[in-house]
Amino acid sequence: MIYMFKIAVVGDKDSILAFKALGVDVFSVYDSEEARKTVDTIARNNYGIIFITEQIANLIPDTIERYDKEIIPAVILIPSNQGTLNIGMSRINKNVEKAVGSNIL
Amino acid sequence: MAKLNVNPTRMEMSNLKKRLVTAKRGHKLLKDKQDELMRRFIELIKKNKSLRMEVERELQESFKDFLIASAVMSPEMLEEAVAYPKESITVDIKKKNIMSVHVPVMNFIRKFDGDEGSIYPYGFAQTSSELDDAISKLYGIMPKLLELAEVEKACQLMANEIEKTRRRVNALEYRTIPDLEETIRYIRMKLDESERSTITRLMKVKDMISKEA
Repeated sequence: MIYMFKIAVVGDKDSILAFKALGVDVFSVYDSEEARKTVDTIARNNYGIIFITEQIANLIPDTIERYDKEIIPAVILIPSNQGTLNIGMSRINKNVEKAVGSNIL
Repeated sequence: MAKLNVNPTRMEMSNLKKRLVTAKRGHKLLKDKQDELMRRFIELIKKNKSLRMEVERELQESFKDFLIASAVMSPEMLEEAVAYPKESITVDIKKKNIMSVHVPVMNFIRKFDGDEGSIYPYGFAQTSSELDDAISKLYGIMPKLLELAEVEKACQLMANEIEKTRRRVNALEYRTIPDLEETIRYIRMKLDESERSTITRLMKVKDMISKEA
């Protein structure tokens, strides 16, 4: 199965504007309502990867979790220009705990 | 362990024995699956962790450059510069099967492959060199970012699958198999007991008949 998927970046405008030059689609959002709607819409619209800044992801943890079990799209957290909140790292650790039973790393 | 609620008959026992054999084989298979998944998972998660650290650090550097660029240039100019990208990146996703977990394999495709200038969608006259730096750095991170996406997604899916498999293994190991074994033992005892009682009764009857004669 080969499909072409688009790439989306979701976050506050200042952080993600640079991505636009690379030809990936950027969606600037500011509050949780907007973020939730945007993520749900783009998830349905043939996007394979959604990069989302941790600041925004922090507002909509339920929405992010919903896509954890799907193969497509992959929702990946990235730090924003205000620095990282370490949510991405803690998600990795959570995965380890879930699989192994305790954090072994 | 509670025994199952069944009639202590020979037929029931042979059914249970069949079920026990199946349960044991299933347990062994699932255990093997869990072990192999775990091995792969640990390999992947280590890679995931180091990749994420690398990507986060590099992204932050690129953001720093971009921040400087946006300080040097007016916001309108900046937005105008990146408003119409020439380059377009799409991703081609295939599915790979690791121990019955479907994980994505991502390949990213640039529209203007091999054309290094294509990542700057603006003229050089009105933009600062900081913007060039930020964008070229960001472009350099892109392959790693995609690899991160692939690995992290795979880890997520595998973690879910491992959890599910572990539950099944434990249910079989600590519930189903002991229950079946105990029930089989119970039925065998019951059958033996009734056999013994039949024999004693027969002996008693025979005794009574021979005394009467």
